[in-house]
Amino acid sequence: MRTTTPRQDLMRGVWRENPVLVQALGLCPALAVTNTVANSLAMGLATFFVLLGSSVLISSFRRWVPGEVRISTYILVIATFVSVADMTLAAVVPDIHKALGAFIALIVVNCMILGRQEAFASKNTVARAALDAIGTGTGFLIALTMMGAFREILGAGTFLGVSLFGPGFEPWVIMILPPGGFLTLGVILLLLAAVEQRRVRRRAMKQDPTPLRRAA
Amino acid sequence: MTGGHMHGGGAPPPPGERASSGRLLVTLGGAGAVAGGLIVLVFAATSPAIEAHRAERLDNAIREVLRGPDRYDTLYVTGTQVSVDANPDAERVYLGRDASGRPTGFAIVSGAPGFADVIEVIFGYDPTTETLLGMKVLESKETPGLGDRIEKDTAWVGQFVGVVSPLEPVKAGRGTGKPTEVDLITGATISSRTVVRIINDALARLGPALDPNGGTPP
Amino acid sequence: MIANLAWIFLSAAVINNFTLALFLGLCPFMGVSGKVSTAVRMGGANVFVLTITSICVSALNTWVLPRAPYLRLIAFIVVIASLVQIVELAIKKLSPTLFRELGIFLPLITTNCAILGLAVFQTNRGYGFAEGLAFALGAGAGLTLALVLMASIRELTELSDVPAAARGLGLVLIIAASLSLAFMGFAGLLSAG
Repeated sequence: MRTTTPRQDLMRGVWRENPVLVQALGLCPALAVTNTVANSLAMGLATFFVLLGSSVLISSFRRWVPGEVRISTYILVIATFVSVADMTLAAVVPDIHKALGAFIALIVVNCMILGRQEAFASKNTVARAALDAIGTGTGFLIALTMMGAFREILGAGTFLGVSLFGPGFEPWVIMILPPGGFLTLGVILLLLAAVEQRRVRRRAMKQDPTPLRRAA
Repeated sequence: MTGGHMHGGGAPPPPGERASSGRLLVTLGGAGAVAGGLIVLVFAATSPAIEAHRAERLDNAIREVLRGPDRYDTLYVTGTQVSVDANPDAERVYLGRDASGRPTGFAIVSGAPGFADVIEVIFGYDPTTETLLGMKVLESKETPGLGDRIEKDTAWVGQFVGVVSPLEPVKAGRGTGKPTEVDLITGATISSRTVVRIINDALARLGPALDPNGGTPP
Repeated sequence: MIANLAWIFLSAAVINNFTLALFLGLCPFMGVSGKVSTAVRMGGANVFVLTITSICVSALNTWVLPRAPYLRLIAFIVVIASLVQIVELAIKKLSPTLFRELGIFLPLITTNCAILGLAVFQTNRGYGFAEGLAFALGAGAGLTLALVLMASIRELTELSDVPAAARGLGLVLIIAASLSLAFMGFAGLLSAG
C-alpha cells in the first residue's frame, strides 16, 4: 500500500514540489509579507506551525470525520491553529505581529495548508502526515526567506536589519514595495523555468544525439 | 481505540458512502467545541501580555510627546465637554501633569489619509502658550525612503517642538522665520503636509474643549 | 462623511488596490484572468460576495464579537461560507440567468483570501456599516479592474512570440509587477495636496 518512503514524504515538499516555487500555492503571504527577512521568517514559521498542527490532528482523527463535512472540519481545525498562532505572536513578538498585520489571519485561506490536508493528511498515518507537513512547511519557509532576503538586500541594503553596504548604497526601494513582490517571484520563476528547460533539453540530447526541438 | 467502525483501515471514507446527518452534526459540533475550548485557553494565557504591549506602546508615545510628564490622566471629550468618566464613544485626550500636579499639556491622537494610507499621529499641545510639545507618527505606510521620513527624519520631527498653533506648512527653505512655520519635506510634500493638516484639524476640533487649567483635577 | 467614504472606496479600488498592492484575491487573478469576458463575470461575482461579507462582518462586529473577540476568525469563516452558500441557492431558485453568469464562481470565491481579507481589514480599521460597504464596493471594483486589465494583457500575449520558459506564471507575475507599479501612481490622490 505504501508507495513512498518516509524520506520521500519528508523531502518532497522542500524543493521538488515546493509549494510556492513549483505549485504556486500560498502566493498571497509569499508576496505580501516578504519585504524583510524577519517578516518572512515569522510568516514561514507561523505557517509551519499551523500546517504541522493541522496535519497531525486531522490525520489522527481521519477515521471519524465523515466525507461530507471533511472540508468544513479541516477549515475549523486550521482556523483554530491560526487563532492560536495569531495570539501567541501578538503576545511574544508584538512588533512582528504588527508588521504582519492581517496577513496572519489570512493563513487560514492559504490553499497550501488545506491542500495538504485533503491530498495527504486525511489519507495517511500520523507519522507520515507529520513528515509531509514538516517537508512542505520547510519548503514554504525556504521560498519565503529566499524572497525576503532578495527583496530586503536590494530594497533596503540590509539583511535582518543589519546594514550591508554602507552609506553609499542607494536602495532599490521598489523591491520592498508591492511591485517588488511580483517582480521577485516572477524573476525567480522565470529562472527556475529556464534551468528546467535546459535540463530537459540536455537529457533529450543525451538520449538522442540528433537535435530535438522541445518546448517546455 | 474503537474507531474505524464505518471505514476499515486507514482508507478515507469512500465517496459513495453517506453518513447520517446526526453523525455530521456530532463531528462538526465536537470539532467546534474542541476548537473553541482551545482558543479560549490560549486567549486567557496570552491576553494579559497582548494588552500590556498595547498599553505600553501608547504609554511610551504619550510620555514622549508630553516630554516626560510626572503622570497623566485620560480625559474623554464629547463636543466641548471634557470629563474624567470613561466613555467608549468619546474621543480620548491625555493630560500630562508635573510633579506638583500642575497640568503641562494635552496629548492628542488623530489621523487622516496620507499619500499611501491613513497616517496616525500623536502630538503634545500646551493650550496656555498654544505651542506644540512634540509629535510622533503612530501608524503610516508611506513610501520607504521618501514619505516615511515623517517618522524617521529626526530633524523634521524635532521641528514640532515649540511650534505655535495654527501650523503653517512652508516649502523647505522658503520660510520667513515665523514661529508657526513647519518646513515640508522635499520629495514627501503630501505626507508631510498631511501631518501638519492632521494637527491643525485636531486642534480646530478639540481646541475649544481643552481648558488650559486642565479642567477639574480628579 | 461623504469625503471619508469616497477615500475608503478609492483607496481600496486604486490607491491600495486589493490585488496589486495588498495581494488579495491572487488565485482568480492568476487562474481566471485568461479571457476578458470571464474576468468581468468573476469580478461581478466578487463584488457580490464582498458586499454580503461586509454586511455580515458589520453585524458580527456590532453584536457578537465584542463579547468574544477571540472567536473572530472562526466566526468570519463559518458565517461567510454558510451565507454565500444560502445566497447561491437563493439565486439558483430566483434567477437562473444570473446563476449561470455568476454561479460557478461563487463557491470558488468563498475560500478566496480577498473575502477573509476584507473581513479582517474592516475589523482592524474599525469601519462601521457604511464605511464597510464603501470598502467592500471599492475592493470589488479594484479586484475587477485588476482582473480585467490582466486579462486584456494576457489576451494579447497569446498572440505574441513569448520565449517558452516565460510562458505561464512567470510572465503573469512580471505583468502584475508592471500593473502594480502603474497603480502606485494613484498614491496621493485625494490627500492633502
